[in-house]
Amino acid sequence: MALYLARRAAMAVSVVLVALIATFVLFFVGPSDPARSMCGDQRCTPARLADIRHSMKLDRPVPEQFTEYFKGLFVGRTIVNGGFTKECSAPCLGYSFRTDREVKGEIFSRFPATVSLALGAMVVFVGLGVTTGVYTARRRGSRLDRTVVGFTQVFGSIPYYILALLFALYLMILNPILPRSIYHPLTTDGPLAWAAGLLAPWIMLGLATSTGYTRYARASMVETLSQDYVRTARSKGISERRVVYRHALRGALSPVVTILGLDMAALLSGTLITEQIFEINGIGRLALQSLGNDDLPIIMGTVLVAATLVVILNLVVDIAYSFIDPRVRLT
Amino acid sequence: MSTQPTVLTDPTADAAAEGEVVLKVRDLCVRFPSDEGMVNAVSDLSYDARLGRTLAIVGESGSGKSVSSMSVLGLHNPKRTMMSGSIMLDGQEIVGASPSQLQKVRSSTVAMVFQDPQSSLHPFYRIGNQIAEAYKAHHRVSNAVAMKRAVEMLDLVGIPNPDRRARSYPHEFSGGMRQRAMIALGLVNNPKLLIADEPTTALDVTVQAQILDLLKDLQREFGSAIVLITHDLAVVAEVADDILVMYAGRAVERGLAKQVLADPLHPYTWGLLQSLPSASEEQDHLRAIRGAPPSLVALPTGCSFHPRCDFQAAVGGDACVSTLPQLTPAPGDDSRLTRCHLLDPRGVLNEEIHP
Repeated sequence: MALYLARRAAMAVSVVLVALIATFVLFFVGPSDPARSMCGDQRCTPARLADIRHSMKLDRPVPEQFTEYFKGLFVGRTIVNGGFTKECSAPCLGYSFRTDREVKGEIFSRFPATVSLALGAMVVFVGLGVTTGVYTARRRGSRLDRTVVGFTQVFGSIPYYILALLFALYLMILNPILPRSIYHPLTTDGPLAWAAGLLAPWIMLGLATSTGYTRYARASMVETLSQDYVRTARSKGISERRVVYRHALRGALSPVVTILGLDMAALLSGTLITEQIFEINGIGRLALQSLGNDDLPIIMGTVLVAATLVVILNLVVDIAYSFIDPRVRLT
Repeated sequence: MSTQPTVLTDPTADAAAEGEVVLKVRDLCVRFPSDEGMVNAVSDLSYDARLGRTLAIVGESGSGKSVSSMSVLGLHNPKRTMMSGSIMLDGQEIVGASPSQLQKVRSSTVAMVFQDPQSSLHPFYRIGNQIAEAYKAHHRVSNAVAMKRAVEMLDLVGIPNPDRRARSYPHEFSGGMRQRAMIALGLVNNPKLLIADEPTTALDVTVQAQILDLLKDLQREFGSAIVLITHDLAVVAEVADDILVMYAGRAVERGLAKQVLADPLHPYTWGLLQSLPSASEEQDHLRAIRGAPPSLVALPTGCSFHPRCDFQAAVGGDACVSTLPQLTPAPGDDSRLTRCHLLDPRGVLNEEIHP
């Protein structure tokens, strides 16, 4: 197990590193020019542009810039900018081109909102998806089953941003059935304000994501319900409820956990559309803004967070497998 | 194997009860609607199972042997199954019983050992827990007591180090050990009837013999009735007291095992016996029954076996094609039943097969 974890950790570091290099290269290959966008249109003279470029160290060769950035991640670095000297301790993600604030702080201040949003939505879509999946699998072929499957397909095929926009418009703004969405930190504003502000995006994101889970759970349950071991369980004289949940569902969990790991990595690295529509200031909004501003340090920061989350959650899924299925050995 | 029987009801009571009918099946019909039409899986089946005796139900795949015994536990989905007739299990009607009634008799009165222990045990739970769960379902005991009982059962079926092995998962067991564990699971609540559905099919030959011996020993100890479902006549000869031969959902021959094996009356039974490999006789090839089992959706007219039967000429006329023969006592022997138009099956057998 320890050896396994060490090997996986080494692999994780290299995956994150490759993601960072790719982002860096793509940024400089692409048409973006942060110096020009900072310089502005009217009063931008070539001298001023060169000045900005120099102060942002954008005039150095790309490999050197990357080495500098990478060094900062592990040992920190000193950033000199227009006569000011800033100490950036490891892991240093640099300073925003735009706001001059430290990227690390920026990301950490946004992270709780995204985590709150993702975890709350997870409760909704896992609960709803698995329950509906189990329910329909047991009544396979019934009218209810066909209705639910049809609904998930229709609902799942409408673009999410349209659903979310209409949902926010009709249930939150025109008819304020749900409280207006806003992020209140759990620690300072208390659980009630926190939950009320996030209720609408939780429901929307949860509902939209649950359609996939309904179908996965249903397909997986249909398969396990016809397994011999479920028949054995039934022949023991235990309740049907126990047969379904302890025996069949336990056997049906692995595929659901796989998808859950990947989905959570995606949600935790920022739910761009949800955060934008419901005005939650999380990682997703930060990433969106920084892309518009050519704000390389912030972009790099969000990529780093996303890549790390994907790697970690994949590891978590693999470890979860070994708990679900004793035949899986981590070697 | 433990020398002391760990669980035993009063042996004298068992002796007195020996022969008591614990399962009485009468005119059982089981049908499933399907896309092709109604599947007549079991038709007009009647038989008894008695304490202390082993009844072997023999037939090809699709002859209705597994379907009929699954209905004894009420394991068919009532929404997709049409059942009629009667299954009296220890005085209780199973056909039409409620889910809670079925739940009560499963494992406590009747238990089933399934064909493939690899897929019949839950891959994610420890063997001991799977057995203890069945015990807890019918006894108000703590987990520790149920687990102790599971370990006892594993010991009883001859699993070494039962304490340690109870904590193993099914994939850590060999095929024979898994089948022993299945039998332990079947017997944990000391049921009056144990149905073993092809218990040795997935096992190699030496292990098969061990499992059959185990079943025999346990029957002696528990005094339960065993219904053994098999297509393997060698297994039948080994353990059965009574035989019921099924073909296309119907009983075609019934009687004491010794008599049916030594003096078979139905042409289908002849075919089954002939298709057995023999070590003593010189045989160039095995004589299989020609043709294939009929579709249960569209059964042949008259006798279901007639398309594959070589003895219609001996009956004469078109009785075999037009009229379903009844299950009637054999000529000169009321204890034997056969479903055939032949008036003198023994004569035909002697002339045509053993001339």
